Amino acid sequence: MRVGVVTFPGSNCDYDLYKAAQQIGAKVEFIWHRQKNLDAYDALMLPGGFSYGDYLRAGAIARISPVMEDIIGFAENGGPVLGICNGFQILCEAGLLPGALVRNASLRFESKDIHLRVEQTDTPFTSEYEKGQILRMPIAHGEGNYEADDQLLEELEVEGRVVFRYVSSDGELSDEANPNGSKNSIAGLTNKSGNVLGMMPHPERAMEEILGSIDGMGVFLSLATNLSTIVL
Amino acid sequence: MSAGESASVTIPLVPPRTGDPEITSELVADHGLSDDEYERICRIMGRIPTFTELGVFSAMWSEHCGYKNSKRLLQLLPTEAPWVIQGPGENAGVIDIGDGYALAFKIESHNHPSAIEPYQGAATGVGGILRDVFTMGARPIAILDSLRFGDLDSARVRYLFGGVVSGVGDYGNCIGVPNIGGEVAFDRGYEGNPIVNAMCLGLMKKEDLITASASGVGNTLMAVGARTGRDGIHGATFASEELSEESEEASRPQVQVGDPFTEKLLLEASLELISSGSITGIQDMGAAGITSCAAEMAGRAGNGVEIDVARVPVREPDMTPYEILLSESQERMLVVATKGYEDEVHRILEKWELEAEEIGEVTADGRFRVLEDGAVVADMPALPLTDGCPTYEREGIEADEVRELREMDLAEHLIPEGDLTKTFLLLLASPNVASKRWIYHQYDTTVRTSTAVRPGGDSGVIRIRGTEKAIAATTDCNGRFVYLDPRQGAMIAVAEAARNLVCSGALPTAITNNLNFGNPLKQHIYYQFREAVLGMADACKAFETPVTGGNVSFYNETDGLAIYPTPVIGMVGIIENVSHISPQAFQSEGDDIVLLGENTAEIGGAEYLYVTAGLVAGFPPRVDLTRERQLQRAVLTMIQEKELRSAHDCSDGGLACALAECALGDGEAPFGVNIVLDDALPPVATLFAESQGRVVVSCAPNRTENVIRLAMDYGVPARKIGTVGGREGPFHVTAVSGQIKTDLTSLHQAYFGALPAIMNTPVSSEE
Repeated sequence: MRVGVVTFPGSNCDYDLYKAAQQIGAKVEFIWHRQKNLDAYDALMLPGGFSYGDYLRAGAIARISPVMEDIIGFAENGGPVLGICNGFQILCEAGLLPGALVRNASLRFESKDIHLRVEQTDTPFTSEYEKGQILRMPIAHGEGNYEADDQLLEELEVEGRVVFRYVSSDGELSDEANPNGSKNSIAGLTNKSGNVLGMMPHPERAMEEILGSIDGMGVFLSLATNLSTIVL
Repeated sequence: MSAGESASVTIPLVPPRTGDPEITSELVADHGLSDDEYERICRIMGRIPTFTELGVFSAMWSEHCGYKNSKRLLQLLPTEAPWVIQGPGENAGVIDIGDGYALAFKIESHNHPSAIEPYQGAATGVGGILRDVFTMGARPIAILDSLRFGDLDSARVRYLFGGVVSGVGDYGNCIGVPNIGGEVAFDRGYEGNPIVNAMCLGLMKKEDLITASASGVGNTLMAVGARTGRDGIHGATFASEELSEESEEASRPQVQVGDPFTEKLLLEASLELISSGSITGIQDMGAAGITSCAAEMAGRAGNGVEIDVARVPVREPDMTPYEILLSESQERMLVVATKGYEDEVHRILEKWELEAEEIGEVTADGRFRVLEDGAVVADMPALPLTDGCPTYEREGIEADEVRELREMDLAEHLIPEGDLTKTFLLLLASPNVASKRWIYHQYDTTVRTSTAVRPGGDSGVIRIRGTEKAIAATTDCNGRFVYLDPRQGAMIAVAEAARNLVCSGALPTAITNNLNFGNPLKQHIYYQFREAVLGMADACKAFETPVTGGNVSFYNETDGLAIYPTPVIGMVGIIENVSHISPQAFQSEGDDIVLLGENTAEIGGAEYLYVTAGLVAGFPPRVDLTRERQLQRAVLTMIQEKELRSAHDCSDGGLACALAECALGDGEAPFGVNIVLDDALPPVATLFAESQGRVVVSCAPNRTENVIRLAMDYGVPARKIGTVGGREGPFHVTAVSGQIKTDLTSLHQAYFGALPAIMNTPVSSEE
């Protein structure tokens, strides 16, 4: 599996994502934001951080960066694209995922471990999890409050595109367990065809016991399993 | 004549620049220079300085850059050890941590800017300390912050606190460096003058170390990064003055605005530049901007520099040489490119979309020469700028009121008023004791995927990828103790920092310090400073933790009232194997709880007195450095031999609060405890005194005997005081003639609920 980790100026989880993908045996390369032609990659990952400083609106400038056109093309051809944190924000800004990520309800940056419930396992990113499995991993963002109108929310729910939801440690939905005010407690979702996943929590930070959790591994292992199936 | 002066040669006359003011005694005084200092400048120059030259001297000889009131005492601190690669005098200290790696680390204050504009003041403080570390060739791997504010019942203090926390957070979050710890204290002693100290740790391969010196005559000086504007002109001089009510409005233009995005680019570009081998030196343009940067780099190499200010990229038109030289615009660096490698430097910087301009060169004549479009506007010997600053040793006399406070009879306070449990919960909910989660949940603590222990424990821990090691770091200082007895208080700061590291499984290795004091020209302040430095020197020797650098921040006064003397210790330690990383929270029901060290009746300076009586008084607890060292050796041995399940230092709020912290952990899965203390002391002392040299450990019952025996081997008193209870509680601590009886819900509410409850009240900048 050849994975490209896209580095925008201001990305700061690019190295973490690189290590995570490497840990599950992928060949990983950094893709600079000016790079063209992404044909060589089996999967693309957009890391967290503050692309171009995010002074305007998270992801708003990255959306028009040179590499974006090819990322969109890659996704439209069915290539798996994973956006984490700022990567998720960029995917929404670029229109690869619907809805928007706005300021956290608390109006503060929120950095802590949260619990997620796996809602869908028929995606290339979650097939190694059990449906309903509770995962623990960190969030660290100021703008992760998922916003969508009722019609879109309905569509996402009906089509089963909500992949992760914020829950309490025993798997219950509640306002308290929702760290940023996201509609329907949405922490991660896919596009219509299921090959693009955006999520605010950081699975790449939950890959080793020493970091406090290994619950994030499933995302990367799923991708590896599905890609090797495709290649074979 | 000092060495700096005797170096003077004939300095050519520089004609006054059109439009510059005439040098008068008022102008000299406005530049913060005394008559004696001005005369010294004239002697060095052999003539009257130009306006530009006066500005340069004023900045370089300010307290901030010249350390004129601290240098002599600071020389008493131990700075050497076999593992010290770089001691004081560089951008950051550097130690050898083995496996081919070196750790750069440094702490710095941004108190004055934060008092004026908390968000930007704190943010740029973090920016500055990051640059100090990455300009050594090290990649920043962790940030810590040490903060002090007034009491939170003031809306203005809440505004400052909230602003500083967002500023520290946003900057570090954006760059992508985890915050792994620090401390915060609230006391009326910091009401007008918050303390904002930021510490940064950076990791590098030993061979990547680069110093900030302008070596190689003929090499090219390049200004890199943001453009130079009119912001922060004379910030260094400003930092060397007291604040007054007028300061807030008048000084706001001296506070800079941070741009973490540009900083992130600078960070990546700098590390790439260093590894490319195309540069010989690099330094942040921090306090006193290009001036101090160029002068210090020249001074370290024993060379001269020539700069043409007309070539410096500026933000606004018509800037004078004076302004360009003294601007403190953020996110700028001075790079010394090896002659012939300028294009390589440009290429790397262009990749990172950064501006770089060749502004001058390294010269052999030892002069600091400034041109404006080819015309000389300043020409001065470089060495006296850095080495010729006069240093003073002053007379220090303790203030009578402090002695009276220290000698106050506290006997009546040892008798509890009302219910001990209520008092305990009140203490646990005091912002000084309560969980700081409200703060560090705004800091990214896990980016870079190496944080093994996040904030909230005794120290933060970062594992070193590719090795078995980890680095622990902490900041500590109890300003009340230092206020009441500066020598003892400073020793306690060092001892507590070391104890915190040991409790996490680390061997204390080296120190960076941030000495926050009032106006050193006042005798009672100088007394505090001298005593604190002496105490620190003793303790650093006792713990074999040399000081590798730091920062002095004087003039922390508002309307004549000084802060508590606050010599913050930033200490780093090495954990030999990540399996030694030790948690502070209890781990398993049924484990034995053992107290190492002794309870005493030393209630002086304790949080208990502040919470129950609003008092800062009494003798601070005594610290016996030899016994403390033995205790720490014992704990580290127990951890390394895997005898313990947890270890936690006793500090703010005393033994009872330490036990609560062990019981609560991160709040998700707390344990009850059942403790019986048989000390023949009043219960207030047993439970709430902040006696030194104590650690609460837990271990499997079959290890208890070993633990106690090991402690005895080191001459450390040890006894089992109770057992870890169940998930449902209760929390019982029984002292002779007094008891705390509560449940985990109340404990949780008091400890975790306190700060959010205070800070979720509306915040405004107006009282």
